[in-house]
Amino acid sequence: MIEKKVKVQLKTGLQARPAALFVQEANRFTSDVFIEKDGKKVNCKSIMGIMSLAIGSGAEITLIVKGADEEEAMNALEAFISENH
Amino acid sequence: MVKVLMEELIDKFQLELVSGEEGVHRNILVSDISRPGLEMAGYFNFYPSDRVQLLGQTELSFITKLDSETRLDRMLQLCTDETPGIIISRGLEVPKELLIASNQTGVPVMRSKLTTTRLSSRLTNYLESRLAPTTAVHGVLVDIYGIGVLITGNSGVGKSETALELVKRGHRLVADDSVEIRQEEEERLVGSAPELIKHLLEIRGLGIINVMTLFGAGAIRAQKEIDLIIHLEIWNSKKMYDRLGMDEETTKIIDVDIPILTVPVRPGRNLAVIIEVAAMNFRLKRMGVNAAQQFSERLNDAIRLGDEEGY
Repeated sequence: MIEKKVKVQLKTGLQARPAALFVQEANRFTSDVFIEKDGKKVNCKSIMGIMSLAIGSGAEITLIVKGADEEEAMNALEAFISENH
Repeated sequence: MVKVLMEELIDKFQLELVSGEEGVHRNILVSDISRPGLEMAGYFNFYPSDRVQLLGQTELSFITKLDSETRLDRMLQLCTDETPGIIISRGLEVPKELLIASNQTGVPVMRSKLTTTRLSSRLTNYLESRLAPTTAVHGVLVDIYGIGVLITGNSGVGKSETALELVKRGHRLVADDSVEIRQEEEERLVGSAPELIKHLLEIRGLGIINVMTLFGAGAIRAQKEIDLIIHLEIWNSKKMYDRLGMDEETTKIIDVDIPILTVPVRPGRNLAVIIEVAAMNFRLKRMGVNAAQQFSERLNDAIRLGDEEGY
């Protein structure tokens, strides 16, 4: 299991469209992926869960990845939300 | 860590803020209420200063017997840095020494028209429910014939689709995908939807739909106690699935053990009907009718009878 604190750089934060893309990205991996924000932990493979957190730009979140391809998953997902687009 | 601000109580219980306005942002971290009777008599050894303090007729009439200096001293001891607030019940007059202490320390003093016991029990109930341990679970919560069924399983196994069919069959959706769970009492878990996504359901290929506007107010429910968990998983031919239903498995959420059934998913299995029946069967078992148990007893009898006839 790997855990990492990440700051969300996406300009708009995880609005509906980026959230959908993020979930799609998470679903490419077999590992279990979770995001924790303010003590609330949700499954990254579920779009409703992600959106219920209302993650804005600049928010501090923790990515938690557990499974066979955890390294790759962590890198890809971290890159996704650290990207400034 | 969950916390409640003093101003939330002021709002909720329509308390009149008498003094110490700057302290309304103080945190309440415990649900217990303290009635500082012995403290008024000068015994502060075990003073629970982190609780909301409630002064009623008994306490207030007692302190009129004290001289003004002692009164001020006790009031100052009452107002610590961590005291969230002091509430006077029955709309009684606030002693002026308490006002002085409140202004000096910034502990808010409020007044309510309710009687002390009534106010105390209402405050405790409210705080207990607000400060209850919580967790979030990935799953769908549906009210089926009054049984709160939490459907869990990996992403893409068909939880939301099953929920949609259950709603279509007249059951009620509580939360899709992310269920917030509070432990309200020893053995009671209550689930609800996060505010932002309540009434919504995500169906692959359709996107996000609003169950409330599509199916009406009867198709949704704000919160529901969780009675049963149904775990969906892709059919694994090497795994043993329960064929009898005589044993009850449970799983722990927060501190409560909840019965869990694992249902394998395979094309052609109508999950909504299976879950609906699971809920009905669960109700039946609770009423004391256990089909599997009864059948097993009949089978045992038949075997015994067969043995006897054999001789």
